[in-house]
Amino acid sequence: MQDTPFELGGQKFKSRLIVGTGKYRDFAETKAAVEESGAEIVTVAVRRVNITDRGKENLLDYLDPKRYQILPNTAGCFTAEEAIRTCRLAREVGVGELVKLEVIGDNQTLFPDVAATLEAARVLVKEGFKVMPYVTDDPVTCLRLQEIGCVAVMPLAAPIGSGLGIRNPFNLAIIIEQAKVPVIVDAGVGTASDAAEAMELGCDGVLMNTAIAGAKDPIAMARAMKLAVEAGRLAYRAGRIERKLYATASSPLTGLIG
Amino acid sequence: MPDAIATSITLNGEPYLIHADTPLTALLERLKMRRGRVAVEINREIVPKANYDATIVRAGDQVEIINFVGGG
Repeated sequence: MQDTPFELGGQKFKSRLIVGTGKYRDFAETKAAVEESGAEIVTVAVRRVNITDRGKENLLDYLDPKRYQILPNTAGCFTAEEAIRTCRLAREVGVGELVKLEVIGDNQTLFPDVAATLEAARVLVKEGFKVMPYVTDDPVTCLRLQEIGCVAVMPLAAPIGSGLGIRNPFNLAIIIEQAKVPVIVDAGVGTASDAAEAMELGCDGVLMNTAIAGAKDPIAMARAMKLAVEAGRLAYRAGRIERKLYATASSPLTGLIG
Repeated sequence: MPDAIATSITLNGEPYLIHADTPLTALLERLKMRRGRVAVEINREIVPKANYDATIVRAGDQVEIINFVGGG
């Protein structure tokens, strides 16, 4: 059953799993986990260079931008202005126009500031960025972001790093039904079944970091997530059976012995 | 440049001494920064890579140099 490619901002990808690069022991482990996940898009953060530790290895030495689509994020930004500034700087590094927009509204939940996210998205889209906003699982906000011209919407499954899984599959189903751009579940995935569930609901992709990087064996979990996203996607396309309250026998009811 | 006058800039939020009127490319070389790995802002304005050679860092400039690190 041949799947259609995953199209994002005019580019085509085979893998529907997007992985983050934070919280790993070192760059070698990051690279190994990314490779095992089969992801073609990897998120990175934008930070000041370390002036005192010069000549230090760079993340891009381990993740070749020719091989991977680098997706800079605006993690840590609490205002639209900071997020826009971060995106402009990220683009100047020279890895393309794709950005993961996140404007955080609250330090404890890391839930997005929806108003600031919409404001930043408007400016960035006008400046030619391909914006992928991290957003609450709110169907109306996702519609507005789509209208603004974002290339995807990325509703959260649960708070960042919480591993709680999909807390509101019904809202996600509405978002997916209404969306004309890819819907990518971003944040909250804890284990493989969560990723599979997102894909079974009809999401176009899943973005995760902590679920892999924080696992006891990140390399094994990276593979589990790759398989889960593939399995969930295949199940979605295969079309699951209806849920019924009572049993229907799998074996013939005729020809019984005796 | 023994006769060059040292001057102070703010580099990534910290005071930093450079020779007066240092070309940006020279500053990046001194910091061992590869231009394909970083982006630079001077006084909140992004410096396009094509302008690195022609850009001079002056006394009191607020310079930000960023790169990519692990993140989700």
